[in-house]
Amino acid sequence: MTAAPDHTPTMTRLPLMVRLEPWLPALLVPALVLLGWLLIPYQSSWLTLTVSGLAMGMMIFVIASGMTLIFGLMDVINFGHGAFISFGAFVGVSVLLMLSSLTGAPSLMLNLLALIAAVIGAMLVTGGLGWAFERVIVRPVYGAHLKQILVTMGGLIVAEQMIYVIWGPHEIFIARPEAFKGAVTFAGAALEKYRLVAVGFGLAVFLAIRWVLRSTKVGLIVRAGVENGEMVQALGYRLRLVFVGVFVAGSALAGLGGVMWALYQEMITAHMGNEIMILVFIVVIIGGLGSVEGAFIGALLVGLLQNYTAFLEPKLALVSNIGLMVAILMWRPQGMMPVIKVK
Amino acid sequence: MVRLFLSGDGPRSAILGAILLMALFALAFAPFIFPGSRALETAARICIFIVLVASYDLLLGYGGIVSFAHTMFFGLGAYGVALATVHLGRGWDALALGTLAGTGISVVLAFVIALFSLRVRAIFFAMITLAVASAVAVLVSQLSWLTGGEDGMNIQIPRELTPAYRPFEEPVLGTRITGRILNYYLVFFASLALFLMLLRVVNSPFGRVLQAIRENAFRAEAVGYRVVFYRTVATCLSAAVAALAGALFAIWLRYVGPGTTLSLEIMIDILLMVVIGGMGTIYGAVIGATLVILAQNYLQNLMGRASEATSGLPLIPDLLSPERWLLWLGVLFILSVYFFPTGVVGRLRGRA
Repeated sequence: MTAAPDHTPTMTRLPLMVRLEPWLPALLVPALVLLGWLLIPYQSSWLTLTVSGLAMGMMIFVIASGMTLIFGLMDVINFGHGAFISFGAFVGVSVLLMLSSLTGAPSLMLNLLALIAAVIGAMLVTGGLGWAFERVIVRPVYGAHLKQILVTMGGLIVAEQMIYVIWGPHEIFIARPEAFKGAVTFAGAALEKYRLVAVGFGLAVFLAIRWVLRSTKVGLIVRAGVENGEMVQALGYRLRLVFVGVFVAGSALAGLGGVMWALYQEMITAHMGNEIMILVFIVVIIGGLGSVEGAFIGALLVGLLQNYTAFLEPKLALVSNIGLMVAILMWRPQGMMPVIKVK
Repeated sequence: MVRLFLSGDGPRSAILGAILLMALFALAFAPFIFPGSRALETAARICIFIVLVASYDLLLGYGGIVSFAHTMFFGLGAYGVALATVHLGRGWDALALGTLAGTGISVVLAFVIALFSLRVRAIFFAMITLAVASAVAVLVSQLSWLTGGEDGMNIQIPRELTPAYRPFEEPVLGTRITGRILNYYLVFFASLALFLMLLRVVNSPFGRVLQAIRENAFRAEAVGYRVVFYRTVATCLSAAVAALAGALFAIWLRYVGPGTTLSLEIMIDILLMVVIGGMGTIYGAVIGATLVILAQNYLQNLMGRASEATSGLPLIPDLLSPERWLLWLGVLFILSVYFFPTGVVGRLRGRA
């Protein structure tokens, strides 16, 4: 019996560029920060802008994550997502105004208490609203994109008008809780406390979503559902139920984003959701539909670019983001990290 | 002869035919039947919106693509005329040049947007058009040195089209003919021509291919039609017609501003008109535009009165106040998409 021929496979390392490829989108964020550093003449303003860009990006991410998952899981495109932002902001601000004794107190604990109450209130209301929205507006038009777009747009209009009916036509001004007012100075740059808090908070939400999606059974079902819904159903999971859950969670996240945005701008209007949705759409498209990581990177890019251009050439802020979208779609027509193959 | 004008696509329903004839008659003789400037204003608005909505129907009803940038093209046409008259002075050449320029820019922009979004998936188109349209709206209101910002611009039109011009000494059919009425007929005949042209387009082989793509894009591609090409052409065509409608609107109003041409409210009006009239029928544009504009002009008063009448009750007066007009439009919109997806025209045709 002859010995088997020698077989020594050589494991050649893949070229650096190939190994790097999946990470390229993530590298865009530091690249953009670096570009900003080169273009902006003052270091201190660069730092301030970077922090506020990151804060804005985090808030957009909180809103966009729900939207992208909703799309990925059930192929539902929800143009009414913006309504949850506005509703969240109005409910949150109403709670904060009611608890003005807590927010006005110079104690961090009391301030946090009021903030948490506002966030929970907003998330409960928008979550419930999302449940109703899914039931009444979205459910009858599953599978028909054209009707989905039209109907959710109609839902957005109705929701926005309801805000006018409930809270009146005027914008509401809201002061941040005492502990989050003011700024800290770091390396000569004034960094608003609230923005730092927003960055931390957004990062926490991102990590939490990632943890749920990667390390829990529900997350496994959601991810499998995004990739191949029919197979998941064939294995005996009620994907419809999971989807309703994701829709409610996504709406609640949009509400949370609304509260964060309200405190960021210190002013809320009924159509604020609409304005933010423009950026959210850009983020969802460039991130790749259905991808939470893609949405995270996309949101940071959009937030940073928006702030840098607003400083360098204020009128081009929104146009620059459209330019970003065009550039990324030229590079990767499916978005940066597509989870589902877009048909 | 009539069949030739209608491109062989008649109303196919006696009631619909009667309604359309009535609308045509009323619009054709509006200055003589309904005296008063408000009625004429409404009639001109209806003419222009019929064209605008019909061009949107080409995209939505025939192409199966949702666009939120239709007002942007409408606005580009209007601003084209405004800018041309500001820089070239009052005159017919300025009007023609502005119209052409606005239309040209619209087509180029539509082409670029279509190329980027339709390449991947039609659903991107809705999101991207929404983003681009709001960017343009923001830009127009910010570049006030060029566009007059939120205040908009007044437009100088040739003297023959202004109320001061009197071609005849004597009143004709009991109405004094002014330049304003000539202006109305410019709007009317241009709208009629554009409408018939759109009817021609959707009933051409090109229109048939679009319908095939709407029903099943994959299959159409398999049969050998290049889906992206057809959808792109449809987008450009509908943008061009929208821009022409915008130019007409600017000439008629002698004013252009973000609120009258670019706002999301107008986009929603267009959507509502298409859905109520009937998607994919072109004739639906006539019904939808007429109904919605008449309702907007005359029903809002009614809402105001209802709101006052219920002022003792909680919440109801707020819901009924004329400013909450959009709320009811939204509800109507959702209901008609669910229960009335073929619109008025579809219903009438289904019965015949």
